[in-house]
Amino acid sequence: MRAFLCLLLVGAAACTARTPTTTTPSPARDSAQADIGRGGTSTPNADPFPSTYVPFPSRTTVVRNVNILTAAGPLIRNGAILLQNGKIAAVGPTVDAPADALVIDGAGKYVTPGIVDDHSHLGVYAAPGGNALSDGNEATNPATPQVWAEHSVWPQDPQFPRNLAGGVTTLQVLPGSANLIGGRSAILKVVPGRTVQAMKFPGAKYGLKMACGENPKRVYGGRGGPSTRMGNVAGYRAAWIKAVDYRRKWDKWNADHKGDPPARDLGNETLAEVLRGNILVHNHCYRADEMAQMIDIAHEFGYQIRSFHHGVEAYKIADLLAKEGIAGSLWADWGSFKMEAVDAVKANMALVDHAGARVIVHSDDPSGSQRLNQEAAKAMEAGAEIGLPVSEEQAIKWLTINPAWALGLDDKIGSLEKGKNADVVLWTGDPFSVYSKPEKVWIDGALLYDRLDPSEQWRTDFELGFVPFNRN
Amino acid sequence: MISYRLNSRIVALGLAAILAMPAAAQTIAITGGKVYPVSGPLIENGTVIITNGKIAAVGANVPIPAGAQRIDATGKIVTPGFVDASTQLGVQEVAAVNDTRDMSARGKDNIAAAFTVWEGLNPNSVLLAPARKEGITSFVVVPTGGLVSGQAALVDVVPGTTTDMIIRSPVAMVAEVGDPQSAGLGSRGELIVKLRELLEDTKFFQTHRDAFDRAQTRPFSASRLDLQAMIPVVEGKLPLLITVNRASDIDAAMRLARDYNVKLMISSGAEAWMMADKLAAARIPVLTGAMNNIPDGFSSLGQRQENAGLLRKAGVQVALIGNAGGGDEEAFNVRNLKQEAGNAVSYGMTWDDALRAVTLAPAEFFGGADRVGSLQPGREANVVVWSGDPFEFTTRAEHVFVRGREYNEKTRQDLLIERYRNLPSTHNTPPPE
Repeated sequence: MRAFLCLLLVGAAACTARTPTTTTPSPARDSAQADIGRGGTSTPNADPFPSTYVPFPSRTTVVRNVNILTAAGPLIRNGAILLQNGKIAAVGPTVDAPADALVIDGAGKYVTPGIVDDHSHLGVYAAPGGNALSDGNEATNPATPQVWAEHSVWPQDPQFPRNLAGGVTTLQVLPGSANLIGGRSAILKVVPGRTVQAMKFPGAKYGLKMACGENPKRVYGGRGGPSTRMGNVAGYRAAWIKAVDYRRKWDKWNADHKGDPPARDLGNETLAEVLRGNILVHNHCYRADEMAQMIDIAHEFGYQIRSFHHGVEAYKIADLLAKEGIAGSLWADWGSFKMEAVDAVKANMALVDHAGARVIVHSDDPSGSQRLNQEAAKAMEAGAEIGLPVSEEQAIKWLTINPAWALGLDDKIGSLEKGKNADVVLWTGDPFSVYSKPEKVWIDGALLYDRLDPSEQWRTDFELGFVPFNRN
Repeated sequence: MISYRLNSRIVALGLAAILAMPAAAQTIAITGGKVYPVSGPLIENGTVIITNGKIAAVGANVPIPAGAQRIDATGKIVTPGFVDASTQLGVQEVAAVNDTRDMSARGKDNIAAAFTVWEGLNPNSVLLAPARKEGITSFVVVPTGGLVSGQAALVDVVPGTTTDMIIRSPVAMVAEVGDPQSAGLGSRGELIVKLRELLEDTKFFQTHRDAFDRAQTRPFSASRLDLQAMIPVVEGKLPLLITVNRASDIDAAMRLARDYNVKLMISSGAEAWMMADKLAAARIPVLTGAMNNIPDGFSSLGQRQENAGLLRKAGVQVALIGNAGGGDEEAFNVRNLKQEAGNAVSYGMTWDDALRAVTLAPAEFFGGADRVGSLQPGREANVVVWSGDPFEFTTRAEHVFVRGREYNEKTRQDLLIERYRNLPSTHNTPPPE
């Protein structure tokens, strides 16, 4: 049942634009806003629900004598890493540790960047589940670009701390896949917060969830359509046609402020932001032939697909993905749960990687998300079996820098390089062994999980009283 | 051209079927490996002799019969083939395609005791070969749904017919306790009442069969065939495998079992660790996974990955089940049983216990230990030679024997990979040799 549900997801609610490349407001626009209110205009990169995230207190920390997979170069054996002021201050065979630094001996252990899962439904399908917490699919219309996943996220979902304990430091929480266009994603740090705003990754671009194939036609086939794949495609194109028109009108008005502003529409606003390159498209799609069609639609309307999610047939068009610069957010071994998944092969990731396209290990599953390292390990072995070996240096990228790229955050996270955010995992051993687990997890240099210290293990409000404290 | 290709494929399939027949009287000697018989201590540099589909000898100083085919397992690990203790493999091909789902019966009032799930088992399922390729040589096919789901069977992953596959049937009566809604009832207590009523009716039916046949009994809570099927359960001959998660539900199931002398086994058992001492004392085995830690319902708030290890520490017999979290990819991913075992070790189970939990323990629970689950003379030669630690991802099942025959045929996935590994693809896939 689980896989089925997951393959079906989306969020609820509505509102406006977002944050990253902040444009300096012009005096003219300020006066326009004063007249009609901030909510009255459709402004690129608006940010009506700004992040309030503040890094947790950290202390200068050195992990030394540790094997380091940086995701930016070869394995450093018995090296060291310095975390200072929330950033990676140094990484290499040795580092100069300040006198006040906490020094951790990592003998026999491994350090990697924090894992990034670009396909999560944490918070929107929160535990303990049931209808009350089913907030991932706004399955009331096949196109709901107006909804934002963050308006469904429950920060007290007990799945968040479990994900953190699995070494995941950044999540893309997506709406579900019931809809052709499911809505905006939320990019979250896996940290405790009273509000979703306190978890939001500052400056992250939004993603847009789109979905191909069986799910939309199954959900809407009996209630007005689409009921076929051709109906799906007509639906995407109809939405983009409106969005192109909307974008043109607003771009014009935002430039000259002449006359009445056009009517604001939340759905078209999101799609217009995709056309402007301010929102990244994450497209749920299984079959090779459908992915190729989605690429043509993107060309027709002038947007870029950032990553195909699930892509069980990505190996059939790996060359096309490489040429188009589209990543594949893939599973190691899920398949056969529906027709569009019957051609799943375990070597999918290795084949796509060897064809030169970007591979991402994604979960779409709160349990699998805790063991993305193990999923990668299975895929590595499947590659080795067919003579396409994947090194640990390469596989770590599947878990870190590649998904960071898919979220447009590869300049901040995803690799252990000087100046990047200190999102770091210390593993009890080789992360690609079934016996290894994250021992410590830092986000922005702050120790947020320690397997050895129950006082450093986040418990959500929900867990108090309901869930016996026994995790480790 | 097309018709020629179709014909050649049919011929090829026919050939494959002939090749798939059980091997003739062949003797195989697996030498030099680290042999884990599971029924006994590890044998360094051990030899396993296979003759006529059975294990003929296992030991350190076993003479190798003349003419035996030798397999050098030096530096490798030899174990019994793995046994998955609960799966819908073979009765569910594509979860979202109804025509391929045969694991549930409608029954009457959510009671389907007479349902023999293996009647729907598809020996041609394309999911069987991938499981076997990764070392699963036997499994228990288990019905799902309702209150009493039906009967389970223990089968080998061999080609042929369902009859060829079956080791033993039935091996358990299966029930689900903990979700009153799915059983069409109002509360947990009512689930137990329904089960009690069924057990009492079964006993009455058993002793008043003549009266029943003359239509001189009161109405029963289940059909004649369902009551008939339940008789071995109330006689304590056929175990009752109950899928149950909440500690209090496990407790209620245990009371029920005690009151009616039912041989109980627990499946899933998210909160079984809370009942570990009582389960050990009552000698009730538990089938569970090691990768679940999400409080994903109010019946499983205490779910944790240490469950299996804690149960073993308390003395409970445990079998690990692949993909215990469920999910529609379950049948395809029975092959992840070894990952389950590795995680169990990572969360407190001993390595030896984990190996037992995927081999001999399930064979014992389901009355098949005289056939599978260990490397002992007389057992079926279900043997796997692993390139290393069977639970590690980098390890391959290099030789997989079922009933003495080695299987290394290409899976559907292998054929797809051959077709697409060099793009653009070729659409001419040669028939198997």
